[in-house]
Amino acid sequence: MDTINLTIDNKSIVVKNGTTILEAASGIGVHVPTLCHMKLHDLNIENKPGGCRVCVVEVEGRRNLAPACCTEVAEGMVVNTHSIRAINARRTVMELILSDHPADCLICAKSGNCELQDMAHQLGIREIHYQGEQSHYREDTSPAIIREVDKCIMCRRCEMMCNEVQTVGVLSAINRGFNSVVSPAFEMNLDHSVCTYCGQCVAVCPTGALTEVDETGNVIRALSDPSKTVIVQTAPAVRAALGEEFGMEAGTLVTGKLVASLKQLGFDYVFDTDFAADLTIMEEGTELLNRLSKHLSGDKDVKLPILTSCCPAWVKFFEHQFPEMKDIPSTARSPQQMFGSIAKTYFADKLGINREDLVVVSIMPCVAKKYECGREEFKTNDNPDVDYALTTRELAALIKISNIDFRTLPNETFDNPLGESTGAAVIFGTTGGVIEAAVRTAYEIHTKKELPRIDFAELRGMEGIRKATIDFDGFPLKIGIAHGLGNARKLLEDIQAGKSEFHAIEIMSCPGGCIGGGGQPYHHGNAEVLKKRQMAIYQEDKNKVIRKSHENPYIIELYEEFLGEPMSEKAHHLLHTEYFDRTE
Amino acid sequence: MSDYKMHLLICSGTGCKASESEDIINSFTSLIDEFGLEDEVQIVRTGCFGFCEKGPIVKVLPDNTFYVRVSPGDTEEILKEHIVKGRTVQRLLYTDPVTNENISDSKGIGFYKKQIRIALRNCGFINPENIEEYIARDGYMALGKCLAEFTPEETIQEIKESGLRGRGGGGFPTGLKWEITRKSEADQKYVVCNADEGDPGAFMDRSILEGDPHSVLEAMAICGYCIGADKGLVYIRAEYPLAIERLKTAIKQAREYGLLGNDIMGAKFNFDIELRYGAGAFVCGEETALIHSMEGLRGEPTFKPPFPSVSGYMGKPTNVNNVETFANIPVILNKGANWFNKIGTEKSKGTKVFALAGKINNVGLIEVPMGTTLREVIYDIGGGIKNGKEFKSVQTGGPSGGCLTKDFLDTPIDYDNLIAAGSMMGSGGMIVMDEDDCMVSIARFYLEFTLEESCGKCTPCRVGNKRLHEILDKITKGKGEVEDIERLRVLSSVIKDASLCGLGQSSPNPVLSTIANFENEYLAHVNDGKCPAGQCKALLKYEIAEDLCTGCTLCFRNCPVGAITGERRQPHFIDQSICIKCGVCFEKCKFDAITLT
Repeated sequence: MDTINLTIDNKSIVVKNGTTILEAASGIGVHVPTLCHMKLHDLNIENKPGGCRVCVVEVEGRRNLAPACCTEVAEGMVVNTHSIRAINARRTVMELILSDHPADCLICAKSGNCELQDMAHQLGIREIHYQGEQSHYREDTSPAIIREVDKCIMCRRCEMMCNEVQTVGVLSAINRGFNSVVSPAFEMNLDHSVCTYCGQCVAVCPTGALTEVDETGNVIRALSDPSKTVIVQTAPAVRAALGEEFGMEAGTLVTGKLVASLKQLGFDYVFDTDFAADLTIMEEGTELLNRLSKHLSGDKDVKLPILTSCCPAWVKFFEHQFPEMKDIPSTARSPQQMFGSIAKTYFADKLGINREDLVVVSIMPCVAKKYECGREEFKTNDNPDVDYALTTRELAALIKISNIDFRTLPNETFDNPLGESTGAAVIFGTTGGVIEAAVRTAYEIHTKKELPRIDFAELRGMEGIRKATIDFDGFPLKIGIAHGLGNARKLLEDIQAGKSEFHAIEIMSCPGGCIGGGGQPYHHGNAEVLKKRQMAIYQEDKNKVIRKSHENPYIIELYEEFLGEPMSEKAHHLLHTEYFDRTE
Repeated sequence: MSDYKMHLLICSGTGCKASESEDIINSFTSLIDEFGLEDEVQIVRTGCFGFCEKGPIVKVLPDNTFYVRVSPGDTEEILKEHIVKGRTVQRLLYTDPVTNENISDSKGIGFYKKQIRIALRNCGFINPENIEEYIARDGYMALGKCLAEFTPEETIQEIKESGLRGRGGGGFPTGLKWEITRKSEADQKYVVCNADEGDPGAFMDRSILEGDPHSVLEAMAICGYCIGADKGLVYIRAEYPLAIERLKTAIKQAREYGLLGNDIMGAKFNFDIELRYGAGAFVCGEETALIHSMEGLRGEPTFKPPFPSVSGYMGKPTNVNNVETFANIPVILNKGANWFNKIGTEKSKGTKVFALAGKINNVGLIEVPMGTTLREVIYDIGGGIKNGKEFKSVQTGGPSGGCLTKDFLDTPIDYDNLIAAGSMMGSGGMIVMDEDDCMVSIARFYLEFTLEESCGKCTPCRVGNKRLHEILDKITKGKGEVEDIERLRVLSSVIKDASLCGLGQSSPNPVLSTIANFENEYLAHVNDGKCPAGQCKALLKYEIAEDLCTGCTLCFRNCPVGAITGERRQPHFIDQSICIKCGVCFEKCKFDAITLT
């Protein structure tokens, strides 16, 4: 039987076999509340432990209540989602969750964005009839993520992301019964674990149990220090998502307002990480071509495929999980760190100030960037190339604190010289973008011909692993793309087994790439949000006059004035890095 | 081979081993050696006889003499008197508590009279470490019959007709489960034996595995043949070292005899069994949790469907049955479904093993036909309540069963009757309580267990049971209020209604059944501040009656916290703010001057 007839809340409906009660109900406008359940359509990500029991509904003839999220419909089923029995159980379950949850909503980082808070409101909880002991755990602060475990409600979403999607395996349920909680093994601190700080746990946490380290205070202090020149860089994915924090439709491009808000906040120069993304393409693309030409000339020792290295969580992932392969990724630093490095040398020189007097702030869709900018190799005399990395969410908070009406801001443009960028740079914000940008430049350098087309639809999309072959004037360049570390792991295992067919692979830790980063406005389980952000990114690319990195005039000027040529000794010193075995 | 004239069956189950049965065996061995009786008398290390209250047990064949509470010091007398001279050692026989008569033959003992042993047929009778003894008792005959004469479908049909239902707690029809698993198509299937016996006090699975491991192995192989699996797994808790040892020995022997492995009995049927150890989590008795634990994951249940019969271990169709269920299978196939389904009640066929415990004279393991009444079990088999006290309640079905009153004593025990009575069959725990037991404390005690054993996955069980326990604790400490009883009722019903697995769905049973059957006790706690059973210390008050106190100072001298004051030969006084209600003064007073209210 392909279809099922059933009744939900007195409405007769026909749905496909295999549909859950939850899905069937939502089709007729009955929204059964859920808490632990989360499904990101098209990304193959679903959390369905059936644990919170908020979605229980009454099914005629069934002994007990059924969780709507994981009960499949059956022929002739009669479901009542709002019988007194279901409502009573649902509200009691909610009261039980709240009875073991700190009631500090007013000062919680998640206030206003908390699914538990919303649910308590939706269910009309006004009193908790079952008060009692509450769980207490110590707070765990890492360079990027804070775990306030008292607020964990055991929805297991973070665990699912960490284990099934990312295959990092740091977070899992420990202890039994009332003492159960999600934690690294043996309750060790995150920073002692193999956590990559990808922040996907933060992105899906329904409560304030997992949040990013808040750096807004440090940035406000820097901005108010007259002895400092404070500059800011914004990552490509930020402009496609920031508007959501101010009630704008997902996928609204707010580049101009973003720049205006940063200027109003008092940054001395508002620059663009996209500039550094173009620079990354120059270095990484050249590195790819170098390895490729060695390979083509018969060098057996050359490492192929080359792997992108823009994503700090991905870098930390292979340092922990595949240290023996640490010479395969490109040595190019991430755009954030290339920007910091150029800012504190080239740009500080231009301003005639010491690097210590220049504060570099970055606005990132990412929580791992907080960890990345603190890595020792990105410091000179203990002064970091990038001082503070804020998430998109933190920037929104900063804008709100500073009384700026974001929606009415005029559009403004980035400052120069580090604010000019190409369409190739902006697509860094989505999965497939880095490799597409690299192809646009590497093709022209390699073939010395103009690209017949700029858009490479075969590199785009949302499938976890994608592959494409690009004709490099007769040479078939084989490209792999993975987003989500679990998908990355598959490609790495192929390389390990000598089965990889690729010349170059792009890897992004977060599902969807940076648009789905752990520092972005919360998607609350709605995958459409990610798709709309992705469309916005490609629109921004289309809007650009220049769409190939090597044509960025300020990049050309930077090489002429300062760096020499890609992979020069100076470029190597400032724009490349090394990786470490973190298995010990 | 020797032609022994006598056999000494000595229990070497875990219980009797703990009571020095190994020393008894050693002592008999050297005595037999000393007396030169090696060719006349054989010592058989058996599994559990069930009558654990009276262990260690030594049974002498052929005359069936049943010696109880034997100590290593008694062996010489048994040998010299009974074996050499043929005179029964009267002082070691079981004495009937009513008639005060010594009973020599175990068949005459009340404990055994009403029992029918199917699952336990070989326990206490054969040496579990010798496959030939099992074979001699028709062992592996059922497997042979299936392979030679029956198709899997016919075998399943026989099991279905027998009416056998799962003995682990759920009571799902075994034949039907096999049929569903058979019909699930897959390249690999598994047979899993659930030996994660977790009910406190229940030990039938352990006894079967210790006393008759081959019965389970044979049944698993039959199941493998029926469902199309070539691999069996026994999930057993690591706290059962003896059962594990005996299983290992049995598997090794079965392989040596070609009864496990490839091409069993030349029938081109392959089947082998491995062991998987559990860490003793109660919830791992739930089949999905058990499977996750075997897969190396956290032992917690997942939503069903899919049922293991469709997607189980490693995502493959898996048939999970409990130890006792399996132990029934060979007998059913040997004697026929029509023999088996004549035992028991309409919807519950065969027998059930119960672990009798609590305030009862004959603590032990019993097997009775379904439909036996609680009264027969408690009074005829169990020998009534200890120390002549009044029966108050019996809790069936392990920690999440309900507490039944004397009104239910004549209820025939089967799956459906127990559920209708507000309790359940569970795996067959049966704990008897007397007038001294406080039912609120009992409910709290069971909640404490389920609270610790909850896996923590679903909210009602994780937090709800905690809150139930807190309310019960409050009541036993004299801080309860009458609204708490309603709160317990409402919360219990939600926990039952909304929990993910059987643990949460049944954990409030002790609360609901004690409220239903003993509400007055709850009311006495919350309204009058009294514990009628005198168990809740916080509600007790020891006082000294001035007119009876002689001022002997005995209570004063024995009070461990200095709560009693008074001059010699003057009435004494208890300071209630210091008193810890230990009851020492009450016990010591020779003049009944101390009252307990």
